[in-house]
Amino acid sequence: MNAKLMEKSFQSPRSPSTTRSRHRRKSTEAFSDVVKVSDNNLLLNDQNKYRSMWVRTYSSVWMLLFFILVVYLGHIYLWGMIVIIQILMTSELFNLLRRAHEAKQLPGFRLLNWHFFFTAMLYVYGRILGQQITHAVTPEKFFYKLATSFMKYQMVICYFLYIAGFMWFILTLKKKMYKYQFSQYAWTHMILIVVFAQSSFTAANIFEGIFWFLLPASLIAINDVAAYFFGFFFGKTPLIKISPRKTWEGFIGASVTTVIAAFFLANVLGHYRWMTCPRRDFSTGWLECDPGPLFKPEIFELPREITQVLPWKEMLVLPVQWHALCLGLFASVIAPFGGFFASGFKRAFKIKDFGGSIPGHGGFTDRMDCQMVMAVFAYIYHQSFVIPQYYPVEILLEQILRSLSLEDQELLVSKLNEVIDGRHLTH
Amino acid sequence: MIKENSVGRMRRRKGSNEVPADAGQANGKQFLVNDQNKYKSMLIRANSSMWMIGGFIFVVYMGHLYIWAMVVIIQIFMAKELFGLLRKANEDKQLPGFKHLNWHFFFTATLFVYGRILSQRLVNTVTTDKLLYKIVANLIKYHMVTCYFLYIAGFVWFILSLKKKMYKYQFGQYAWTHMILIVVFTQSSFTVANIFEGIFWFLLPASLIVINDIAAYIFGFFFGKTPLIKLSPKKTWEGFIGASVTTIISAFLLANFLGRFQWLTCPRKDLSTGWLQCDPGPLFTPETFALPGWLPEWFPWTEIHVLPVQWHALALGLFASIIAPFGGFFASGFKRAFKIKDFGDSIPGHGGMTDRMDCQMVMAVFAYIYHQSFIVAQSVSVGMIFDQIVMNLSYKEQRALYAKLGQIIGDKKYGES
Repeated sequence: MNAKLMEKSFQSPRSPSTTRSRHRRKSTEAFSDVVKVSDNNLLLNDQNKYRSMWVRTYSSVWMLLFFILVVYLGHIYLWGMIVIIQILMTSELFNLLRRAHEAKQLPGFRLLNWHFFFTAMLYVYGRILGQQITHAVTPEKFFYKLATSFMKYQMVICYFLYIAGFMWFILTLKKKMYKYQFSQYAWTHMILIVVFAQSSFTAANIFEGIFWFLLPASLIAINDVAAYFFGFFFGKTPLIKISPRKTWEGFIGASVTTVIAAFFLANVLGHYRWMTCPRRDFSTGWLECDPGPLFKPEIFELPREITQVLPWKEMLVLPVQWHALCLGLFASVIAPFGGFFASGFKRAFKIKDFGGSIPGHGGFTDRMDCQMVMAVFAYIYHQSFVIPQYYPVEILLEQILRSLSLEDQELLVSKLNEVIDGRHLTH
Repeated sequence: MIKENSVGRMRRRKGSNEVPADAGQANGKQFLVNDQNKYKSMLIRANSSMWMIGGFIFVVYMGHLYIWAMVVIIQIFMAKELFGLLRKANEDKQLPGFKHLNWHFFFTATLFVYGRILSQRLVNTVTTDKLLYKIVANLIKYHMVTCYFLYIAGFVWFILSLKKKMYKYQFGQYAWTHMILIVVFTQSSFTVANIFEGIFWFLLPASLIVINDIAAYIFGFFFGKTPLIKLSPKKTWEGFIGASVTTIISAFLLANFLGRFQWLTCPRKDLSTGWLQCDPGPLFTPETFALPGWLPEWFPWTEIHVLPVQWHALALGLFASIIAPFGGFFASGFKRAFKIKDFGDSIPGHGGMTDRMDCQMVMAVFAYIYHQSFIVAQSVSVGMIFDQIVMNLSYKEQRALYAKLGQIIGDKKYGES
């Protein structure tokens, strides 16, 4: 088996990134072998590991460079990248459980999937797109009016598009194909919900500040890389039956590494305005803002045990670093369950990989499984703990602007005027 | 073999006794027009319909909170039926505790959905008590995180319970649970949101579906000849068209009737159960509508009093007669695909809750979206936001908000001039 592996890496230089190495080995072996939890499977005893490691590192570097470029270009380009990844993932997943024989008898059924995809895109991103058009175009033009009326009736439009798809589905039901068609329908819904929920949260995070997208994503990557290396050198005890190559040593080592890395990475990233400032409109230029108390250094006194050993008495800590510890904890303990879910799913439906777009890797869904779980958590954490504590004024302001008419807003201002002036006098 | 069926479900219920294969036959035998026993079954059905309508009217009289409770109970029944539907007894024995996972997700969904909808009203109910207000405000603040962690706990539990050789069954059940909960909770959350905007917006759509069903039954009874759709072979074009006309006309008239009661038209801002007083707003204030001049001279009225809401009711009636039946077709197709006779058997002779609710679900979602988009629902008022500002922000933050808001308004006015 080792010789076969060697041949494979010569012939088709697989470029799996380091982050996916723990899954990728499975692709070349027969499926049943993977389940054996013998010494042969653990990375520790694999003879070719050094060579594959270099191949992986090579492709990781390329992906990392590309990613850094997009981050440099800015929020809109990041969003564009998310949308493209989304389309590729959905394509893979739509194809996955389709059966060629049935699909031939149902022409146009594939189109239905993409109709629902288009409706979901319109629903999730429609508001953002509409706002962008209204900012870019002057009020008299036709497109402006189109965009404003679209935003007003967005919900109805998307609903009727969905109902049209629903009716189309029912009218195309064909005898003896009912079960297949209903399963495909349910499958389409599940895919779209999973893919769109996490990508819309990711997009929301990006516009709150690239920091809130970059930090969680990096933590997942760091967790994967660290787990790989700890497993590489120390892995002995298997972690979970679904993914037999994972080890407890890798898991614990990676957890500690990730939490520590979260603390320091938050400090590094928090110094750049490009990362920490929210993008309120859709320009692409440079960004200036007051980052707020979250990103201003505070002095933290080190506990006595450390001051006795190290020369420093205190250090400068950005308050956001404490939040980063929570993100790191989640990334190392819970986010890997996204990977276990994907492994179990592939095993349940006897699939090797979700797709074949990245050679040697599988598809986009294989790369994104843990990222998806993390993105949702990052969004919810940000909305629940960061914004209310540090930006309470912004939430209420947004609510006011969204829900009240201009006259109501003026009424509110005059009411506040009374309260504030009254208080001011008593101070 | 005479089953107790309600009038509204006549068109489909006959299918339950026959083997589904027969249902595809398109000869005259299965149409209601030619059925000898139809008069007897009709009386039995009318009897049970009366009971259900009576019970329903009673709950409406009791008020918003009781209607909400009724919706939740119906939801539990539906979820129970649907969870049990594709479960296989053999596999279940090997997976102890797996059933409970479904109910864990159900509980999480309940907390999430009703927490969101009713949070503002819950706050309004406890504003008089400082301590309770603090507790409620904190619960609402961490509502999303709590529900998320409950969901993640279920997710982790699912993965840790995966058993070799059962993977496919378990993943299938997991997906099925999600689909059920999404379908059941979306429509019931929209229903509850409608209820608290005013019982009118719940009662009118629901009644239109019932009227549509009954009218389609009666028209099919007397005139049905041409089959409508292969999925539901007992439906006829005559029934469909007759029911559509009836539904739209009754939507117009029913809206007038219901719009006169403040109990039905006033929104409920908190969770109290007492009597309700409010200014009904321009939507429920009668306007005179001059009838077109081409009506004959002997027609006694030249103008009629119309509540503006009646025009909206026409749109609801149109949807109820043309699109909502597709919910029924979907359910029929689904049962046929998975070779099920009925979704459950809680209602004798009927099947289960889901069999009754299939069209209602489609209608509830539409009614909510229509209401949100065209009947401008100002659920947020100046007073409510002002209270939030005073209670949640510190003095410094209030000043900052005041300054920013003043500036934005100033910019807007300056930009317009």
